[in-house]
Amino acid sequence: MSVGSVARRTMLTVGLPVVLVTAWWFATANSTNFFWPPLREILEAFADTWFSNRIMADVVPSLVRLLVGYVLALVLGIGLGVAIGSSRTLRGVVEPVLEFFRAIPPPVLVPILILFAGIGNEMKVLVIVSGCLWPVLLNTVEGVRGLDEVLRDTARCYGLGRRSQLTHLVLRGASPQIAVGARQALSIGIILMVISEMFAASNGVGFTIIQFQRTFAIPEMWSGIILLGLIGITLAFLFRLVESRALAWYRGLRMTQRGEG
Amino acid sequence: MTAALGLLGLLGFVGILELVPRIGLVDPRFLPPFSEMVAALGGEVGTPEFWAALGSTVRGWAIGLAIAVAAGVVLGMVIGSIPLLRAATTSTIEFLRPIPSVALIPLAVLLYGPSPQSTLLLVVYASFWQVLVQVLYGVQDVDPVARETARSYRFSAWTQVRRVTWPTTLPYVMTGFRLAAAVALILEITGELVIGSPGLGKQIAVAQSSGAVDTMYALVIVTGVFGVLVNLVARMLERRSLHWHPSVRGEVPR
Repeated sequence: MSVGSVARRTMLTVGLPVVLVTAWWFATANSTNFFWPPLREILEAFADTWFSNRIMADVVPSLVRLLVGYVLALVLGIGLGVAIGSSRTLRGVVEPVLEFFRAIPPPVLVPILILFAGIGNEMKVLVIVSGCLWPVLLNTVEGVRGLDEVLRDTARCYGLGRRSQLTHLVLRGASPQIAVGARQALSIGIILMVISEMFAASNGVGFTIIQFQRTFAIPEMWSGIILLGLIGITLAFLFRLVESRALAWYRGLRMTQRGEG
Repeated sequence: MTAALGLLGLLGFVGILELVPRIGLVDPRFLPPFSEMVAALGGEVGTPEFWAALGSTVRGWAIGLAIAVAAGVVLGMVIGSIPLLRAATTSTIEFLRPIPSVALIPLAVLLYGPSPQSTLLLVVYASFWQVLVQVLYGVQDVDPVARETARSYRFSAWTQVRRVTWPTTLPYVMTGFRLAAAVALILEITGELVIGSPGLGKQIAVAQSSGAVDTMYALVIVTGVFGVLVNLVARMLERRSLHWHPSVRGEVPR
């Protein structure tokens, strides 16, 4: 690749973001509007607010709750999904109920779960689990159902044990679909992490940002919005990284199939 | 057969909801029996507040979704059709898309207070990306041979969009629409719940804080039913508008 084309690619990638941030910087540079403080102040507030003990006191607890809830939802969703997807009768019985649960907007679970679990960590983890569960569960069911019949029969003919059928055939075959559900679940999880803290909490990112907003600490509030954005972007990036490694075989398969077809 | 099994499942679920609090497995103050939820729902349906709240929720959802779909389709078609524009915006879109829309809640509250506009802002922001990204995929998926042919025959730009790009993009638009419809509902309810703009979400928060647990469950059931309807209508629209497309045609039993 020539130097020119590398320069062009870099220009195209960073060009617009640089223009936008610069525009923000200069448009607000002398801003006296209370709601739109200068970007310089926001960035100073960002450093002051989040690079202090708040990282341990607010950011880490939020992320830990998200992680615990998300992992629990994955385990539960995949486990139940494999069971439901493998049995035609069971699927018929529970599918309408599952569709209903998926259709309930997850944030309404917050007031319900407050009743059961108070406003502590358990409630927040429960909220995240019960919101993230459905996309994972339904996509796993879909993935297991869509497994190639020939592969299934082949595995049976070769006398694969139940355990190796599960790991090599069922989970492997359903994994692209499971990844779709896991990605949806991640963005729902982030929403629920923030909502549950905004609704009722004593620490966490969502709680802190609402606190800034209520006390009219505007630059700090903006820094919180930026922080949430950065968390979202980082988690999406990490997810893509894991997904592309775990599903490398699938992309290769798709490419060869397309090349031949 | 499937319908019978599904009905059995639903009945079983309702039965469990009725029995579990009655035999004392769960405190009925936290989970009232299903019959009490239904009774509370019956009481709610008679009040004008319920219909006003339902109306606000449906209106906010529909307006937000319409704005997001219109903006997503127009911008997606424009950005997708001009390679330079597409290359220049990719990084920005990838960067803005994963920003959780709930991050905008404090800003929305400051700007508009607990009004429908602040919830609308969340709904539009969240569902816009779903549509935009799908439309971009769709425009990219246009068969190069078809595009070259159209160009060779000197189709006008508008005819190219109408006859070549749009039919390829439409399935992606409908996927985006379906995803956006669900996301818009989630954010609509979230906004009402957290910001306190009028709607079912606000009524749920009010019921919870005033200890009207059965009413709260009744309203949650209403949002669930509305969600199911949204999914059904979105899927039906998808089939209707794509009746010519192989993916839909193939599902009809011959």
